[in-house]
Amino acid sequence: MSNPISSRCAACKYLRRRCPQDCIFSPYFPSNDPQRFAYVHRIYGASNVGKLLQQLPERARSEATESLYYEALCRIQDPVYGCAGIVSWLQQQIHDVESEIAKTQAEITVFLNSTVNISEPNTQYSRTNEQGMENLTNKHKEPLQ
Amino acid sequence: MCGVAKIMSSSNSSYNSPCAACKFLRRKCMPGCIFAPYFPPEEPQKFVNVHKIFGASNVTKLLNELPPHQREDAVNSLAYEAEARVRDPVYGCVGAISFLQRQVQRLQKELDAANADLIRYAYNGAIPPSALPPGTTSMQPVLPVARRRSSMEFAADPGSISNGGGGFFQPPPYSLPWDNNLSGDINGGGGGGGSMI
Repeated sequence: MSNPISSRCAACKYLRRRCPQDCIFSPYFPSNDPQRFAYVHRIYGASNVGKLLQQLPERARSEATESLYYEALCRIQDPVYGCAGIVSWLQQQIHDVESEIAKTQAEITVFLNSTVNISEPNTQYSRTNEQGMENLTNKHKEPLQ
Repeated sequence: MCGVAKIMSSSNSSYNSPCAACKFLRRKCMPGCIFAPYFPPEEPQKFVNVHKIFGASNVTKLLNELPPHQREDAVNSLAYEAEARVRDPVYGCVGAISFLQRQVQRLQKELDAANADLIRYAYNGAIPPSALPPGTTSMQPVLPVARRRSSMEFAADPGSISNGGGGFFQPPPYSLPWDNNLSGDINGGGGGGGSMI
């Protein structure tokens, strides 16, 4: 038994074949979204997608199809790097944000150190000092001139 | 003569060693084989994965559409995605993206909190004017980083990475058609690990 021609799934319409009742594609490639299957087929091929879905439990096939569609779309938009380009980009962002955090924390440490030293009664400042904050941590407590 | 023939045949066989693709496909590796530069015989698994997920003919089509200088990167990214899909047949590379996006969001919050702390320490813990060296104005000290603000904007829907006013980070040049359904069992290990670069 096959679905009526009018209700073939997008995959069977694209492949110009009958859509059987137990078509592996039909739950995930509805006929109202032909582009979805077109993209997935272009990158993976219908038979590879079919095999992949067959190997998965039914409850996981919807998510798998979504991720395949997403990867296919990324690959079509970026034929060189595809989804892997996004992974690489995110890894770089993580590295950059971690550096920012480290820098900010270092600055906080400087402020904390400067606050602690100012509160000490014997801390002195040199008029000719040009080293700014660094001098606030100077351990040589020289009397004012 | 026999010795010479032997030497010739051994040198020929090593010179014409088929690439991993042709070995797998059990065909003759012709000069100019499109796979040979990118699937060396020492890395058979690379082609096995790529063929399993994408298929040799799809890879051929894809490579033929690219200029030669981009093909190596394309093959490596395909190999990466294929390996990710083999390890995680449900989410593939997308699982890694989801994991990394959450990590970026977490770090972003941490950076915002650190910036807030810095501003608080800078203003609340400012050096009192009496403690400043002579000649210095009593103005508040300038923040070492003028309210440096994290500029990575991530919407709650990870599919719409916005540019946030073109700040520090450059998003990919296309919008990401993320679906909110992609939030299931992400083990964070879908990606092959390591950087593509």
